[in-house]
Amino acid sequence: MGMVIKGGHLIDPAHKVNAVTDLYIDKKGFVAGVGAPPEGFKATRTLDASGKIVCPGLVDLRCRPREPGLEYKATIESEARAAVSAGITTLCCPPDTDPVIDTPAMAQLIQQRAWRFGTAFIHPLGALTRGLKGKHLADMEALDEAGCVGFTNALEPITDTLVMRRALEYAASFDLTVFLHPSDPWLTGDGCAHEGEVSTRLGLTGIPEAAETVVLARDLALIEQTGVRAHFCQLSSARAMTMVMEAQARGLRVSADVTAHHLHLTEHDIGFFNTQCHVVPPLRSHRDLEALRQAIKEGVVSTICSDHQPHESDAKLAPFSASEPGISGLETLLPLTLKLVDNRLLSLPEAISLLTAQPAAIIGVDSGHLGIGATADVCLFDPDAHWTLTEDKLVSRGHNTPFLGWEFRGRVTHTLVGGKLVFELVQT
Amino acid sequence: MSEGEGLQLDTEGRLRHFLTIEGLNRQTLLDILDTAESFISIGEREIKKVPLLRGKTVVNLFFEASTRTRTTFEIAAKRLSADVINFNVGISATNKGETLLDTINSLEAMHTDLFIVRHSDSGAAYLIARYLPPHVHIINAGDGRHAHPTQAMLDTFTIRRYKGDFTQLKVAIVGDILHSRVARSLIHALNILGVPEIRVIAPKTLLPTAVEKLGVHTFHDMSQGLEGVDVVVMLRLQRERMHGALIPSAQEYFNLFGLTRDKLAAAKDDVIVMHPGPMNRGLEIDSSIADGPRSVILPQVTNGIAVRMAVMALIMGGQTVRNRRPV
Repeated sequence: MGMVIKGGHLIDPAHKVNAVTDLYIDKKGFVAGVGAPPEGFKATRTLDASGKIVCPGLVDLRCRPREPGLEYKATIESEARAAVSAGITTLCCPPDTDPVIDTPAMAQLIQQRAWRFGTAFIHPLGALTRGLKGKHLADMEALDEAGCVGFTNALEPITDTLVMRRALEYAASFDLTVFLHPSDPWLTGDGCAHEGEVSTRLGLTGIPEAAETVVLARDLALIEQTGVRAHFCQLSSARAMTMVMEAQARGLRVSADVTAHHLHLTEHDIGFFNTQCHVVPPLRSHRDLEALRQAIKEGVVSTICSDHQPHESDAKLAPFSASEPGISGLETLLPLTLKLVDNRLLSLPEAISLLTAQPAAIIGVDSGHLGIGATADVCLFDPDAHWTLTEDKLVSRGHNTPFLGWEFRGRVTHTLVGGKLVFELVQT
Repeated sequence: MSEGEGLQLDTEGRLRHFLTIEGLNRQTLLDILDTAESFISIGEREIKKVPLLRGKTVVNLFFEASTRTRTTFEIAAKRLSADVINFNVGISATNKGETLLDTINSLEAMHTDLFIVRHSDSGAAYLIARYLPPHVHIINAGDGRHAHPTQAMLDTFTIRRYKGDFTQLKVAIVGDILHSRVARSLIHALNILGVPEIRVIAPKTLLPTAVEKLGVHTFHDMSQGLEGVDVVVMLRLQRERMHGALIPSAQEYFNLFGLTRDKLAAAKDDVIVMHPGPMNRGLEIDSSIADGPRSVILPQVTNGIAVRMAVMALIMGGQTVRNRRPV
């Protein structure tokens, strides 16, 4: 029952592997050998990977499969299938589901649902405060026991600084990681676009850069005081990049991610009210985009997320400010990251590291690498395949993406989870 | 950008919808002004009707309350012999998008030829124009803070009637630029028509962040901002702005930015004063100015009818004063 993935270009950044070699997977679904089979290994199946990149299954730290609560948009089953079709084998789900992930039962339910379908695995993030209300701490230790890999209030701001301080102190006591989405609720208001040239022109209510940096500054001060390990999510502004870089230089245990679309789109892509570009935080200026890219190159930002938010088509059929924010992003996570390689911002191993070993390290799980004994979550992609994103290619229930019509290089052909082939591209 | 511009122009560059001034060329604006000029006389005749839109159905679809704008559109359509239906839609805060497109669907099923739409959300007219089949025309009668293109045309029409040449003028727009679709559309129109100096005068709280990118100079002081201007456009200040910490009080606002005889003395002697209406007397403008000799506020209303007739004639029939049969 063993399998050999033969002749592929294996890139496993965690173990500094970057060579054409074979990957051996034992019958239990673990990596048994790289380059040479272990003694007595028998392959009953061979996957020809010549001309392909073989890498660890991708890890996406922010995906909203919409279950539980919004099953009319998508489900764990549908979105986990979309994930593996895009080479993503590990997902993190924020706790802003309905009900909120603030009890061990909810945390377990989500993992069990994902297990049942046997495609991508979902790690829940637990609520930092009960019901995400920003008043009482959630039962973090119990949630940690139940499999939560981090704690966050997601997009719900904690405005009470004392509650915030206590939450960070409590998390620090048990060496838990907090995930923070800095956003000032008053400066954000009913804003729906970056406060700048485009919001001025279109008469849209702007969200200033300060909505992010004011709260980031507060949070950094509290992180410094409490010593908690913190991960900043979906940062969008140049100024935030500088602030995180300075905090890291001071020795704070701070990491950060950006969302793939913020590396490719700016406020100008809204054009004349394209609701597919309505996202939170908003697409910002070209200067911000360049700073985000630079922060990735310099290692200030250590992972790129899809921030997957599938919607039904009606959600976007409204005036810009009334449309629901978010992009169905799973299936463009790798393609958009590979564009950074084409743009010579990153090497291919650096790009793969950003989507595998580095995010896995942030949530402290044993995935995102292909060392001997690791679970064989594997992504194979053809790095030279040119393709155009069209609606019929989308596996996700959400077809809300501004990237329809974009041309990409590099397409996932096979995905394995625990040594099992869960996706194979059918060429039409 | 090209998609938005493309949306309101057909393949030959003629207006199909009238959604925004932004991106239109100078000739298109001049065609509207010239056509409107030829329609002015119709309003002065015994029989105030021409048969240009006979048999066409025009729906005035107002999701936001308005009397003046809706009425002038109605009169304009009737003078062109169209059948006009007024449709005022109460708006439910929760389900705006659904209500909007559902309403449009049912009205389109009644074979409407032209929708005149006002909505409180920026971009609503675009959404409708994208959604409807191409033979149905849309005129944006105001969408959120974004655009009010026919108001900009009647303002520039009025300016041209009093001042003639656009290329020697200084124009000041005073007040709540941030929330004003009138200001945004007017700034685009004045820039396209070649006005060399456009000023906006307001405290920073009432100016959009990147207002200079629209092609204006900003002032926070009336006496400096009005110095030597040919045209002053006063904007309406919504009373609810007092609550959002945007301005301290009506009194302080009037003291600093209300148009009075003293402040207007800084402008040229032959300055004209405009206001899109409805006015808040004693808040943004003193009655002695609103009713005074420099005011052209009532002619603006009259001109609005001819300008709206011109826009309708252009987008429905492609008729301009240059290619039109005599009426």
